[in-house]
Amino acid sequence: MAKLTMREAISQALMEEMDRDPAVFILGEEVGVWGGTYAVTKGFYDKYGARRIKDTPISEAAIVGAAIGAALVGQRPVAELMTINFAFAAMDHIVNQAAKLHYMFGGQFRLPLVIRAVGGGGRQLGATHSQTPDVIFAHFPGLKVVSPGTPADAKGLLKSAIRSDDPVLFIEHAAMYQSRGDVPDGEHLAPIGKSTVQRPGQHVTIVTYCKGLELSMKAAETLSAEGIEAEVIDLRTLRPLDTAPVLESFRKTNRAVIVEEGWRSFGIGSEVSTRIYEEAFDYLDAPIKRVAQEEVPLPYNRALEQDALPQVDDVIAAVREVL
Amino acid sequence: MKKEQQLDLYHQMVLIRRVEERGAELYQQGKIGGFMHLYIGQEAVSTGIIAARQPRDRVITAYRDHGVAINCGIPAKAVIAELLGKSTGTSKGKGGSMHMADVERNMWGGHAIVGSHLPIAVGMALGDQYAGSDAITICMFGDGATNIGFFHEALNLARVWKLPVLWVCENNVYGMGTSVERASAVPSIAMKASAYDMPSAVVDGMNVMLVYEAAQTAIDYVRAGGGPFLLEANTYRFRGHSMGDPERYRRQEEVKQWQENDPIGIYRNVLLERKIGSKSLDEIEAKVEAEVNAAVEFAEQSPEPARDELYADVYVDDQP
Repeated sequence: MAKLTMREAISQALMEEMDRDPAVFILGEEVGVWGGTYAVTKGFYDKYGARRIKDTPISEAAIVGAAIGAALVGQRPVAELMTINFAFAAMDHIVNQAAKLHYMFGGQFRLPLVIRAVGGGGRQLGATHSQTPDVIFAHFPGLKVVSPGTPADAKGLLKSAIRSDDPVLFIEHAAMYQSRGDVPDGEHLAPIGKSTVQRPGQHVTIVTYCKGLELSMKAAETLSAEGIEAEVIDLRTLRPLDTAPVLESFRKTNRAVIVEEGWRSFGIGSEVSTRIYEEAFDYLDAPIKRVAQEEVPLPYNRALEQDALPQVDDVIAAVREVL
Repeated sequence: MKKEQQLDLYHQMVLIRRVEERGAELYQQGKIGGFMHLYIGQEAVSTGIIAARQPRDRVITAYRDHGVAINCGIPAKAVIAELLGKSTGTSKGKGGSMHMADVERNMWGGHAIVGSHLPIAVGMALGDQYAGSDAITICMFGDGATNIGFFHEALNLARVWKLPVLWVCENNVYGMGTSVERASAVPSIAMKASAYDMPSAVVDGMNVMLVYEAAQTAIDYVRAGGGPFLLEANTYRFRGHSMGDPERYRRQEEVKQWQENDPIGIYRNVLLERKIGSKSLDEIEAKVEAEVNAAVEFAEQSPEPARDELYADVYVDDQP
């Protein structure tokens, strides 16, 4: 076990899988000579060379399309999109191709590919570079959408994603690369499609993922000092969505708050709360609250941007409302 | 080319024609749903191209894919079964006319979003290059696909990485109802290769032998490691864009003019000039007739997909 940053954990997962399987290679903008825009692949080019670390032109459709094609013929490409905001330039290949080819051709095609993309706001990058559009991708059957909240899960989930025979969109958060946590050495796999309880509690259920986990854990600590014990559930995978731990927790606490960084409308909170209403309505003691981004494109100004993003205090306030 | 292969190409072209003519009838009878785009008039292109490939070479095409499917060796019965949405179809009835594939025969679809399969072809060639294989990828598409960004991203990247791709543009004059001259800044698709420092050639797409020879030259170049090559085949679709095309964008005289250049008729004359007797060609036609009758019967009698097939193959990995 080592204390690693999220960046180090992701980098370690990539390196371990490249060492384990010669079919794994990386392609994307600035992944090689530059060392990765967020330095995740720093040192990879020197270690693996240009054959396995492929710098691409600024061609998102070609990057994802090429990853699909290479996967079809038996390789295991990891495509990096510099930010998830650029995924919209590759939308057809993600949702019309990657998500559908296996099904549409009667199961003949296999697409063992990973698309890594970093998203998230809070870094004053303006409206087009600060989005958390995860739910858009989670809408499509055929795609797996993973977004870790801890360095250990980042390593374990990315390794599982690379070994998966299905296309996986792996979403990282730009403001979390420096977050530290215990990460098991060597072989460590976390299951895709399994939510997990990150903190036990009996008074309220907080459901979240990715950056929301950080906010929720801090909120839970503050609340704990007042004798309120929140159970925090990290979804980890948005599709396929595992609500079993959520429902189990809710049947115990009878109250829930759902925390996400993306916009409130049509979000994770809408989906998870509906599933609670559908499957555990009799256990409901208070309306479910959603903590999410304000319904505006994110502004550049630091104070305004922070006003738009969910904060620890928003989570605490939402918990008080449902209690 | 040996006599048997010459006759085999005639067989393939006639088979494509008859499968599609029967397909059109089945469509009119309401037995085929969705969109169906006929290849009639363009048979010489994919027949000539695919005759020049090695079995290890991969083929990927757009939605007008029945011809490519048959040229790649997919049996007519599996093609017609797919049109009817049956479980015995190329894609178990889940793809339809536009999505036929057979991985065993290196036929990688049937792709219905215009131009989207070009970057995928780049990846297939990348995968083979990465594996150290000398297989090449043959990517076929229409003139309409050359105006979308995918085309330019794909040709650029293929050239930057010197990938083994043969790009085949089937210029059939119209992207749906918009003619090339109304849609493309340059009238010749082959010209577009020059922007990527890529060699190109133009061939008469109504003459299967000329297509075959041009494909051989291009494939040799690509396989030798020269990088991608763009081959433009000038052709024409005799039928509408799809089954519901009112054809307001072209005059019947224009269609008739092209029909005088029927690729099957042209090839028949070539074979007759080569002293291959009309008797053996008539025999092929009779054989195709029987083959297509049997294929339609097979498809009609095949079972519908089981209802739980609905949930099969969303993912490879076992998931809750």
